[in-house]
Order: sequence, then C-alpha cells, then structure tokens
Amino acid sequence: MIKNQYVTIKGTRDGLTLNLDDTCSFQQLLNELDKTLSQDDIDVEQSMITVKVKLGNRYLHSDQEEQLRTLIRQKNKLVVQDIESNVITKEQAMRWKEESDMRIITKTVRSGQVIEITGDLLLIGDVNPGGTVKATGNIFVMGNLRGIAHAGYKGNQDAVIMASYMHPVQLRIATLYSRSPDYESDGVYMECGYVDQSGKIIIDRLQVVAKKRPELNGFERSVLNG
Amino acid sequence: MAEAIVITSGKGGVGKTTTTANLGTSLALLDKKVCLMDTDIGLRNLDVVMGLENRIIFDIIDVAKGKCKLKQALIKDKRFDYLYLLPAAQTSDKNDLSPEAMIEMISELKKEFDYIIIDCPAGIEQGYKNAVAGADQAIVVTTPEKSSVRDADRIIGLLEQEELEPAKLVINRIRNHMMKNGDMLTIDEIIQILSIDLLGIVADDDEVIKASNHGEPIAFQPNTKASISYRNIARRILGESVPLQSFEEEQGMLTKMKKFFGMRN
Repeated sequence: MIKNQYVTIKGTRDGLTLNLDDTCSFQQLLNELDKTLSQDDIDVEQSMITVKVKLGNRYLHSDQEEQLRTLIRQKNKLVVQDIESNVITKEQAMRWKEESDMRIITKTVRSGQVIEITGDLLLIGDVNPGGTVKATGNIFVMGNLRGIAHAGYKGNQDAVIMASYMHPVQLRIATLYSRSPDYESDGVYMECGYVDQSGKIIIDRLQVVAKKRPELNGFERSVLNG
Repeated sequence: MAEAIVITSGKGGVGKTTTTANLGTSLALLDKKVCLMDTDIGLRNLDVVMGLENRIIFDIIDVAKGKCKLKQALIKDKRFDYLYLLPAAQTSDKNDLSPEAMIEMISELKKEFDYIIIDCPAGIEQGYKNAVAGADQAIVVTTPEKSSVRDADRIIGLLEQEELEPAKLVINRIRNHMMKNGDMLTIDEIIQILSIDLLGIVADDDEVIKASNHGEPIAFQPNTKASISYRNIARRILGESVPLQSFEEEQGMLTKMKKFFGMRN
C-alpha cells in the first residue's frame, strides 16, 4: 500500500506552515494530522510556534474549522495563527462583492429622507439639512453635503466621507461622530473626513487623504475589505 | 384641460391660505374659471380671508358624506363671474375626509372649472395626504427662514413620491433689507437648497394682512408690491414668462442726481 501524504509541513521564518491535501476526506486529514504532529519531538525550552494552515481548495464549516483548531491547539507549543482556504461560499462571495461594490445614486436627499446602502456610496446630488446617508463603506458626495453622512456604519473605521462641498450637520464614521461648530460657518470645497490615529474625525483636503488611505485605489480596496 | 393645484408648505403660518386666496383671485381676474378648495378641516380660514364666511351652509365633509350635492356646497364669489369656494368643515375631524373622496370631488369639479386650487393644512399627516391626493401639480410656499425652508424640503421630498409634476416654489414674506444685511436667507440660497423651479417671490407687506382682515385678497388692489407679485405668479401658471420683480427701494432724488453726475454714493 502506498502511503499517501496528506499533510506537509514547511518551516518558515514566521513559524510553521501546514499544507493540507484537499482531495482526501476530512476525517482522514484529521487522523493523519494527529499522527504527524504527535511524532514531532518537542523541545521544552522552545517558545510557542505559530502555525499557518493552508487548506487548498477545501471549504470548512465553522464547526470543522473549530475541530481543526482544537486538534492543533492540543499539541504542545503550537498556536494556530491563520487558516487559509482558496475557496469561499457563494453567499460569502456575494456579501463580499456587495460590500466592496460602489452604488451610484442620483437624487437630492431631502430633510427626513434616509439612504442606507451596503458598500460604497457615490451620490450625485445634494444631502440637505435633515437628510441622512449611510453606507457600510465610503461615501462620496458629488454635490453639497449639508446633512448627516455616516460612513462605515457597521464598524469600519477606515471608511472616509468625501464631498464637493462639505458643510455637514454631522459626520459619523463607524462609532465616532463629529458635529459642526455652534457658530455660523461656511463650508469647504473638495474635502474629506477620515479617522486619524488619535481616533478623531479630521477633515482635510482630498489630496492628503488619498495618501493616507491608499486602499481606496480600485481592486486593492475590495481585496483588503475581504 | 382643467388642472388641480395644491398649495402646501409643511410649516404653518408661512402663507398657504393667503397664497391660495390670492392666486385664485388673480386667475379669476384673468378670466379663468376657478374653484378654491379648503382642506384644513377643523381650522378653516380660507372662507374668512375671502370674506365668504357668512355664506357657508354646506361644507366639504357634507359633500364627502353625501349629505348634499357638490354644487350646493360651492359658494360663489359675487365679485367675479367664475370664482367659487368649497369650504372646509369646522366641526369635523381630518379623518372624516379620505383621499378617495377628494379624488372623486376633484374629478367632478374639473368638468366645470379651469383651475382647482387646494389649500393644504400644515403638517404631513392625514390632512396633507387628503389635500395632495387629487392634485396634478403642487406649489410649495416657504419664507426666507431656516425652519420653513427645512420643512419645505421635507414636503418636497414627500411630494416626489406622489405622481405629480415637479413641485414649484413660491418664496413669501421677503424683507429686502434683511436679505441684504445677510440676516435672512437669500433667494439664491433657498433655491440652491431646495433645487426646484421658482414660481414667484412675494414681499412682506402690511397691506396683505390688512386686506385679509377685510376679507378682500390683496390681489384686487391694482398696484401694491404683493398684488403685482401674485398676479405675476398667476400669469406664470398660465404659461407666460414674466420676469421676477426687483424689490429695490425707490431711489431718492438726491441719489439719482448724484448718479447722474457720476458721484459715488
């Protein structure tokens, strides 16, 4: 009988990488993994080793993933850092697509109206005082932003809010918010709100923000969001 | 083809009723057959402004409930050949009127009249829904105040959901000196926020209040600022293109002389 090798271990500078075969059954894989990891002679003095698991084209349910994690965790000195798979479910893919998609809406958002979308919002039109736009991603307003804009409203602090004319009642990013000053003020043209390192919402020129958020660029953005 | 125009604003006290009365009068002065309709049930006052209060026998609720015929409830303004008022009820509730009843009444009125002008109550509840139900077109009245522009914006948003032509704007009670000093929103600022077509502007004029109290809309008077404004709006509704009035104060003799000699003010 030819013994198939389902598990290959690779040592890298950052720790171990476990390449798991994606054609055998999950049970076979667990059995062999159990054996392989037990064989290792463990040096007691050694520090914890981080393990990256590569699944290839295998999809794991969350309980299977948990099983795998507990198995590896039982072995001495091993910590699972990451489980990587080449495949995701259709559902996840759709959500991913939706979250990284840009929705274009052309209308004036008037007082009392709320626009809520998943992904990035490109609004061609104004947001009037009393109107609200919300997006899970970034918000770009080609028009006057005079109402409330809430970017990354499901918790994405990296989201930004840009507007041709920025004179908002409030800017909100993730769980943070900032409001307009109490005195009468004029708006600013072509500016952008983002969260800086200190955890405050800052408004700055568009050009500056483009440098601070390089992930705004096209495809990289959608990959990083995932 | 008859047209039903609803006059609305969201906020109260900006001049919906005054605008309704004056537009109706102006259109009647231009020989149109006009019917005014008051839908502010429980707080009617279009009849007072028109000076027809003492003639009311039946009202809009009586018509809706079938207690009388539509023609019996219409009150003729004796100053014109063809200006009628369908008064609101004072004792009933807004919920006694339904959008369906409104649509039915308006389609009946359309056979007889050129223009049906509907006075909408303040607010965005049932009364507003009734008033808008049968209308083909909407005129939004606002004043150069932030709160009233905010409410006008809300109303325009709601009107967009109805199957109406895009709403038109009337800016009422403009005080020229306050706009100049920056104490009031300017016409341009208001249009920029609301982004709808401007139908007309009306100056804040004591004469308007005086005329309303006499039960005689200001549009009757030949040459006050406000009456000209209202008549201009009526002409624009008929499709004429009339330039906006300027509210600049008449210049005194001295300034005119100075200007003539090229001296600076």
